[in-house]
Amino acid sequence: MSEATRPPVARPGQPVQRPLSPHLQIYRPQMTSISSILTRITGNGVIVAVVLAVWWLLAAATSDAYFAVANAVVTSWFGDLVFTASLWAVWYHFCAGLRHLYFNAGHGLDVPTAEKLGWASVIGSVVLTVITILLVQ
Amino acid sequence: MRYLTARKRAEGKGAAGQATEHHWAMTMSSVGLAFLLPVWLYIFGSALGASREVVLETFARPFPAIVTALILVVGMRHFAMGATTMIEDYARGTTRKMLVIAATSLAWVIVATGLFALARIAL
Repeated sequence: MSEATRPPVARPGQPVQRPLSPHLQIYRPQMTSISSILTRITGNGVIVAVVLAVWWLLAAATSDAYFAVANAVVTSWFGDLVFTASLWAVWYHFCAGLRHLYFNAGHGLDVPTAEKLGWASVIGSVVLTVITILLVQ
Repeated sequence: MRYLTARKRAEGKGAAGQATEHHWAMTMSSVGLAFLLPVWLYIFGSALGASREVVLETFARPFPAIVTALILVVGMRHFAMGATTMIEDYARGTTRKMLVIAATSLAWVIVATGLFALARIAL
């Protein structure tokens, strides 16, 4: 029996060796866990694009000179990168959110369906990103 | 005089004392955002990169202005509550409280800034 799996034995004056939960890094990546992690990252990450967008709107409301600065930033390679990445992120979060509404209604909770819905979110978000870029350019 | 006993008032509200209010608020805002987001992405995406005249003309119209105002308020409440859930998973004690305050404040600053800009453009 290895050190890690030894059952806890209480000895006076010594800390009990409690079994440790397996660390996140040793789990095999699965669609259900990855889609969940991505939902959190994308949902919180889009705040960067929101800050940039609201700053750009404030600049437009303020003056020509201020708008020129904000417009130069949002149309630069950096702005393109942030907004394109965030567009995918927000579409992914959108698809994953719809999936959660479906889960909450008590459907699709078996593993094969949950995995299919995870893939649908990933593929759907890429398709929606491409459609959006084509529509707004 | 309180007619409910202490137990009766606590029942069904869980350890945090809010029952499922947080989850229900996230559910409601997500449904709202599901309708708002596609429309707003089209409005914002079309205006992004355009000249200042076009941007001002876009957000001076009622529909784009109202959709943008709604997505700011509903979206930032959704963000603040979601970020709070994330912070509560990873931080504890004073750090947790400070991060929750920071995320909530950031969300409100964004709402206020966006609404100010919209008011200045549209009114």
